[in-house]
Amino acid sequence: MSAQAGHGASVHIEACGKTFADGTLALEPATLDIARGETLVLLGPSGCGKTTMLRIIAGLEVPDAGGRVLFDGKDMTAVPIERRNVGMVFQSYALFPNMTVSDNIGYGLKIRGIPAKERAARVAELVALTNISGLENRRIDQLSGGQRQRVALARAVAIRPGILLLDEPLTALDAALRDRLRGELNRLLRALGITAIYVTHDQSEAMELGDRVVVMQKGAIAQIGTPREIYFTPRSRFVAEFIGAANIVEATIEGGHLMLPGGRQPIHCDVDMPAAVAMIRPETIRVTSAGSASLSGTIDSVSFIGDRQRLVISGASNRLLSVDAPNTVQAKAGERIGLSISPDAVRLLPPEN
Amino acid sequence: MSHRSFVWLCLLPLAVVTAAFFLLPMARLVVTGAEGPQGLAGYLAILTEQRYRATLVNTVLLAVATTIVTLIVATIAGMFLQRHRFPGRAVLIAMLTFPLAFPGVVVGFMIILLAGRQGLIGDFSNRLFGEKLVFAYSIYGLFLGYLYFSIPRVILTIMAAVQKLDVGLEEAARSLGAGPWAVQRDVVLPALAPAFVASGAIAFATAMGAFGTAFTLATNIDVLPMLIYTEFTLAANFSISAALSVGLGIITWLILALARSFSGSAVAAAG
Repeated sequence: MSAQAGHGASVHIEACGKTFADGTLALEPATLDIARGETLVLLGPSGCGKTTMLRIIAGLEVPDAGGRVLFDGKDMTAVPIERRNVGMVFQSYALFPNMTVSDNIGYGLKIRGIPAKERAARVAELVALTNISGLENRRIDQLSGGQRQRVALARAVAIRPGILLLDEPLTALDAALRDRLRGELNRLLRALGITAIYVTHDQSEAMELGDRVVVMQKGAIAQIGTPREIYFTPRSRFVAEFIGAANIVEATIEGGHLMLPGGRQPIHCDVDMPAAVAMIRPETIRVTSAGSASLSGTIDSVSFIGDRQRLVISGASNRLLSVDAPNTVQAKAGERIGLSISPDAVRLLPPEN
Repeated sequence: MSHRSFVWLCLLPLAVVTAAFFLLPMARLVVTGAEGPQGLAGYLAILTEQRYRATLVNTVLLAVATTIVTLIVATIAGMFLQRHRFPGRAVLIAMLTFPLAFPGVVVGFMIILLAGRQGLIGDFSNRLFGEKLVFAYSIYGLFLGYLYFSIPRVILTIMAAVQKLDVGLEEAARSLGAGPWAVQRDVVLPALAPAFVASGAIAFATAMGAFGTAFTLATNIDVLPMLIYTEFTLAANFSISAALSVGLGIITWLILALARSFSGSAVAAAG
């Protein structure tokens, strides 16, 4: 076991691409650095290459020629997964059905030849850490989904891996449990200080857990950044629409304004453009009275969500505009209203090719 | 007619057939076994008389050996065939299941062609060492024949089980540091255990009762089905052959029942 157990290893992925045997390109050559102790989230829709990237780091897939995977500066490309000292949590949990909970958690230690006594102590530590006391002697088929998830996590962490790899670990759970476990997982990852790479298609999971998020699209990295960077300054229309709700506005820019059907919207851009694409988040739009506003539209529909209400506005932009208004605002469908948007909230996106 | 009596009426043909061709002969068999000069003790003779006991032990040992070797060969082959794609794979699988099409007599005949007095192996060893290697008519020939028709059944069951294996389990074990042997020992073989029990029980039952192959090869082999045959046709010893039949049935049935209790309904499915 490594001396720096629990502190995690740094990961460097260099030009790692993956072409499958049938010729499909699953991952374009990508280069990525993950700092020691960092939680990096690979986020994207299914088929974007995020799982392939994870499996290359794990050692379950070999990158195409030229790709290299380094842990703490050491080239691991040719090292099989069993000698990479990585912990892995699978979407299906992949718990051994022929073993008890304790035996599952202790399996990696047993393989490493850790004496039974020491093993039992470590298993007890993890049982406490993951809140599964009392389940030690259960069989796997006697556990609920949430309990299985905890056992899978305990088993992966038991071997004090340099890197923890999580492949959609919460996807199989129902929404309420997912939210609770997400919080627990977050605290656990911080407490362990382990390097973690987390694959998900759920952007809110990515936001909460990731120190940095890698948004992937069609086998390529679309953007890398902190959750805030990804949310507020998306670099492409894909990223803007994949993360949170976004209004995409297509208009001309003249004299520092977006020229819209419902009026003019100031934007931080000095150059006049005949066809610009901009993003406006629904929660950055304030509702005002129609009279004095430079941009106005008609309320198409109002959905009361509880903590807020979502208004859909027509006539302001070239397409319907979503607005998140406080739940105290009185709004009725058919009403004309003004829209006030700070120029800081309008994000110019590169035009689509 | 009420709905209930209609259902009973529909079951009547089945009941008649079952009674006429299954229950009655079976009862008669059991009674016949106790009608010899020794009465009920005739059943004991299976175990006490040296010749019968030796045959019984021989048969069980042969069936056990067939089952074990079949499982080993079929597991390795089945795993390989299910996990790898190569040209000619489909043809190979089709050929492997070929023996299922042959009756025991043909299998025995093929063993003679292979290892009999005019057989290929004898020819070959004669040219190499100047000595004819002949084992078709011994228990080894019979063993080979049993393997030949047990392997296809078991391979098919194992392949189906391997297909259902969760590859994630193997990947999880590897991520925890398990090498190829440890993965097999701790994950793959335990997951295949129900298939082993199911297909092994079938192989065992088949080897216990197979007659055609034994009859074709039998110059100096004593296995239970042969013994029953000789006691019945040559010695006209009805009571002993009945007792032996009941013994054979009970042993085989016990093994199948044991296997079923270990693996749920998988045994029935494998048959």
